[in-house]
Amino acid sequence: MQNNVKKRNTVKILILLVIAIVSIIGFLFYNIQGSFSYAFPKRVVRVCAMTITGIAIAYATVMFQTVTRNRILTPSIIGIDSMYEVVQTVIYFFLGSASIFVVDRYLNFGTAIVAMVIFAILLYRFLFRADKYPIFLLLLAGMIIGTLLGSLVNFLQVIIDPIEYLSLQNRLFASFTNVKSELVGISAIILIACFLYGARLMRDLDVMNLGRDNAINLGIDYDKIVLRVLILASILLATSTALVGPVTFLGLIVSNLAYQFLVTYKHSILILGASLISIIALVGGQFLVLHVFELQTTISVIINFIGGLYFIYLLLKESRSAR
Amino acid sequence: MKLKLWMLVTAAIVLSFVSLFIGAIDITPKDLLDFQSDEVEIFLASRLPRLMAIILTGAGMSIAGLIMQTLSRNKFVSPTTSGTLDAAKLGIVISMVFFTNVTYMEKIIFGFACALIGTFIFMRLLDRIKLKDVIFVPLIGIMFGNIISSISTFIGYEADVLQNVSSFFLGSFTLVVSGRYELLYVAVPAIILAYIFANKFMVAGMGEDFAKNLGLSYKTVLNIGLILIAIISTIVVLTVGSIPFLGLIVPNLVSLYLGDNLRKVIPHTVALGVVFLLACDIVSRIIVAPYEIPVNTTVAVIGSAIFLVMLFRGKAYAK
Repeated sequence: MQNNVKKRNTVKILILLVIAIVSIIGFLFYNIQGSFSYAFPKRVVRVCAMTITGIAIAYATVMFQTVTRNRILTPSIIGIDSMYEVVQTVIYFFLGSASIFVVDRYLNFGTAIVAMVIFAILLYRFLFRADKYPIFLLLLAGMIIGTLLGSLVNFLQVIIDPIEYLSLQNRLFASFTNVKSELVGISAIILIACFLYGARLMRDLDVMNLGRDNAINLGIDYDKIVLRVLILASILLATSTALVGPVTFLGLIVSNLAYQFLVTYKHSILILGASLISIIALVGGQFLVLHVFELQTTISVIINFIGGLYFIYLLLKESRSAR
Repeated sequence: MKLKLWMLVTAAIVLSFVSLFIGAIDITPKDLLDFQSDEVEIFLASRLPRLMAIILTGAGMSIAGLIMQTLSRNKFVSPTTSGTLDAAKLGIVISMVFFTNVTYMEKIIFGFACALIGTFIFMRLLDRIKLKDVIFVPLIGIMFGNIISSISTFIGYEADVLQNVSSFFLGSFTLVVSGRYELLYVAVPAIILAYIFANKFMVAGMGEDFAKNLGLSYKTVLNIGLILIAIISTIVVLTVGSIPFLGLIVPNLVSLYLGDNLRKVIPHTVALGVVFLLACDIVSRIIVAPYEIPVNTTVAVIGSAIFLVMLFRGKAYAK
């Protein structure tokens, strides 16, 4: 029985892997017009950015959901990636573009990550750990916190000095059509480092599915693992946000599809599956949008549309089990 | 603390005066005595229309929120948290794509139609949902709005009007000058109608069966309410852009100290809505003077913060 499930999961992962590879190859080579040597490197950069983003978001979301013990709320919905933009805006606002916090990219990125980690820990302490708020309240509060951060960014950006703003805009406004190509290399390194570090956490996360008390009984240093996961998730989200900007609903879709598709509690398999689904959604989705439906829209618009519908579906499902 | 109506009205009058006399060009009340001066012209063409637009928007959006909350008997339902504003936007986007030289009237008609349909669908959706949780309903509403606005963005991308769309809906009173805001006066009859129908809305909010038992034509009252909400939302979106959270927090703040008797609540809601929006607008104009911040940004920052406090206030929703 056990073996059967394992085998089936392996087959499923292989299927996902094949689809992901096919979409990447399709995206890279399909219908290149004009100069190959011009178009191809550009496509490679975009595929790399999408792959890194997809994996980072899937990885962060699955871990975050285990730690907060829910399957609807994702770090993006609660506004942890908006925090990246808040930090950048605040730095420009108070210190200006000539400050060491802007000029030194590593210091800049590090500051953003520290702020995001603090934010994530605060949210965790006051909202999730207390365990006294029903899930719907957390969801609504999370969304409003996201809105608050977003409008705070807008607010500061309007009152910032126009010249500083131009330089900030240059740094901030990333999207799938405007990938920060100079960040692809460093993002890949960060992602790999996160995987190397996170590999040790996988088994602990599997046990944490049993709940806080049981996990502690079984010898898990619960709070320490939570802290590590929050830090890891913040780094991953900062990376993906810096690279392509926020993608709100991707994490929600891919994590839940992975839970449904792969019947397992093992995080190594779940994260692998979610990452592959994520790549398929981004690269394959963009391929379909561009070449099959011949639309101009970016994939994030479509992901937000589908993600919104899926979110309502999940809410309705959850509400039925709540009563 | 119990706010009296006269306090709110006084505050509104004081803030109105402040609003009239701040701006890029210094105008003092003395200047207005000379009817030929530039100052008088600026005053009449820009300052006064702006003040009227703020008053009408503040009052209108707050009342729209109040009607929605009464009809759905849910404190957290409002044009922001039910997709009404997003639906009105979608309608206006559609009209911009369909007609190359879209007239004002066509925008209104399409915006109104979509806002009405959107609100109607949401209210129907509410009927279907078993869980009438005070938190659950606005959650669905916000997502419903997100879905609608992603459709707008999609159409915007495909028809290449995205730039237009995003600048168009940035809620701001900067562009309000005489000749461009008069449509907002529609809010006045809407508020009067809301007052006349207040008791009926309250009864309708008790549920269809109960309302019918009391001899109320439930469907008619409900539809009148929805039409009022859709009209107010569309006109505000069209003339000043979308102002979030206003219809959500103002009625809630009023009901904190005054309870839920609609006839009593309506004047307070109107006054507090005006005071709140005037204050936000003045803040937006002072901080970066002589430039200004779009008022919807200020409202969103303050409004979402207040909403968060409301969510966690008291243990009412805790497990």
